[in-house]
Amino acid sequence: MRNLMPSRDSRTAYMYLAPALLIMAVITFYPLIFQVYISFTDFTSANIQPDSPPAAWVATQNYERILQGRLGLPNFDFVRIVLFNLWWALSNVVVHVILGVGIAILLNTRGLRFKGIYRALFILPVVIPPIIVATVWQHMFDRDNGAINEALKLVGILFKVPPESFNIYWLQQVQDPIPFLPLPLAYFALLAANTWLGWPLNSVVATGALQSIPRELYEAAEMDGAGPLQKFRNVTYIFLRPAMIPYAIYGFVITFNLFYLTYFMTGGGPFGRTELLVTQAYTLVYSYQLYGVAAAFGVFMFFILLAITVFFNRLTKATASYTD
Amino acid sequence: MSAGIAGGWQSNALALRGRLMMRLRGRGGDDEKRLPRTRQAVLQALCVFIAFTVLFPIMWVFSLALDPRALPRPEGLNLIPPGASLRSFIEVIQHPTSNPIDFLGLAKNSFILAISTALFSVAIGVSAAYAFSRLQFRGRQILMLGILAVLMLPPVVTIVPLYLQFNQIRLEDVPIFGDVNLRRSLAGVALAVISGLLPFAIWNLKGYLDTIPKELEEAAAVDGATRNQAFRSVILPLAVPALAVTAFLGFIAGWTEYYFSVIFLSGKVDSYTLAIALNLMVGQFATQTPWSHFAAFAILFAAPVSIVYLFLQKYIVSGLAVGGVKG
Repeated sequence: MRNLMPSRDSRTAYMYLAPALLIMAVITFYPLIFQVYISFTDFTSANIQPDSPPAAWVATQNYERILQGRLGLPNFDFVRIVLFNLWWALSNVVVHVILGVGIAILLNTRGLRFKGIYRALFILPVVIPPIIVATVWQHMFDRDNGAINEALKLVGILFKVPPESFNIYWLQQVQDPIPFLPLPLAYFALLAANTWLGWPLNSVVATGALQSIPRELYEAAEMDGAGPLQKFRNVTYIFLRPAMIPYAIYGFVITFNLFYLTYFMTGGGPFGRTELLVTQAYTLVYSYQLYGVAAAFGVFMFFILLAITVFFNRLTKATASYTD
Repeated sequence: MSAGIAGGWQSNALALRGRLMMRLRGRGGDDEKRLPRTRQAVLQALCVFIAFTVLFPIMWVFSLALDPRALPRPEGLNLIPPGASLRSFIEVIQHPTSNPIDFLGLAKNSFILAISTALFSVAIGVSAAYAFSRLQFRGRQILMLGILAVLMLPPVVTIVPLYLQFNQIRLEDVPIFGDVNLRRSLAGVALAVISGLLPFAIWNLKGYLDTIPKELEEAAAVDGATRNQAFRSVILPLAVPALAVTAFLGFIAGWTEYYFSVIFLSGKVDSYTLAIALNLMVGQFATQTPWSHFAAFAILFAAPVSIVYLFLQKYIVSGLAVGGVKG
């Protein structure tokens, strides 16, 4: 497009950009700079009124206190939160992609009836606002009246298991369900809820990729005597991969920052063991009004997310050159 | 003149898209191959089971909402509870929480928040998206990186600076409104939402504009159309689906906005939104709410956006695939 009024291009560009840039300068970029400043002060609710005393400069104390867990908050351990947060995102994405692809392949079976109906039903979790999904699942996993325990009791009757064995404290149980895995039961409840929410979109993306595969390729593979597994490895997988990898990365970042499920279902419990960076950041402001600490926490989050983005950028570049 | 020509290309592009869609449909259409009966049965059973897991929470919420007994908690699983009625719906419409604001008031505030953030971010975002998509200029790389970096940040991160910044902006004796604290107002929440939504709108729209062939504008330029004319009469009409989808996603963000509303509007009952009421009903500091009321409220809260989403779903998913993944 350079030949279209080239000399005025820069000026034209900034004319188009001006409204957005002006607004972002005031409500997006300036606040981020202000955030860095706040993170070096001990800003609390005592400094919040326009006529209240300014917050004292504390240099890097907020950062040190976060790293050393010296915030005086119960169950605060920064490294544990980061590690759990990474595991949370990774484990979810793996489950979502496997289920999404599997169900997409199932629904792509030639001759399967009622496909349209199933596809229409399976999209439902996507269209419900996440805050509603979270509050509903919070009730689903309730110990006394939640639908999960009630349903388990009904199934239990069939197998003569007494209903009392299904009074499960899904979200509060302190003892880990799997002895050698340091993950609380609440994590598995969260994983189940987020899987309900997460696999359908993966399935849509996988379906798109599956339908772009020319049928002739399968026929050719069959003629070469390929079995179902070989057809998957040599045809399906090759076509799915370029579509699923970017989407899996997108899903990782979305899940990494997923606020509502954890906040409403467990509130980070038991003992802060399902706390994510986003929920902890919110609690620092909402429950403790530790503005300076929360600002420093936000700066940490920025760098963690930056590292993740750079990592994935490298990864996709590596895989891109591999597939080209 | 140029508008007429532009209209011509537009219909060309639409026809092209139509042919493409037909080819895609044609491919899925020849499904005559018969499955062996047992295999069909096994796969159907699997599909029905998956459908059950998807529908289970949704059906449960509806059955809770229909429970007429206003029990603090439900008893057992009933698809249709005995004596099912819509009483819970009527009750939450009249008194969603103990605060003196009814459902309509909450919905009105949520709607104002949603519509203003949606329209504002799309209207401002589209011209910036156009510049990023089509124009070469100094500082382009740095600005794109800046927007990407902001996009990466969850809104939770910027609560502190926005809260403190908006809290400083206070006007006294404004006509009609009286004393105004920007932080304690829907306008403040809307601005906070836009601070995160605008980068998203720019990025999403840029992704879509990148897919519109450059030749359309070049042809318009040959016919003497200026840059602005080409933008208005070639690009904007073609971008309508993307504009609608981006606006709708912005609408959902505003309609369900939680983080800022709860903190900014604390105690300002006449500005309460649906999300704040939901938090009062079932959040961490909630008082005992009958589950039937929660369920009815959740349905009323979700229904408007969920139904529209269901209709727009095809465009949204493909739009996200273009905008979200291309970065």
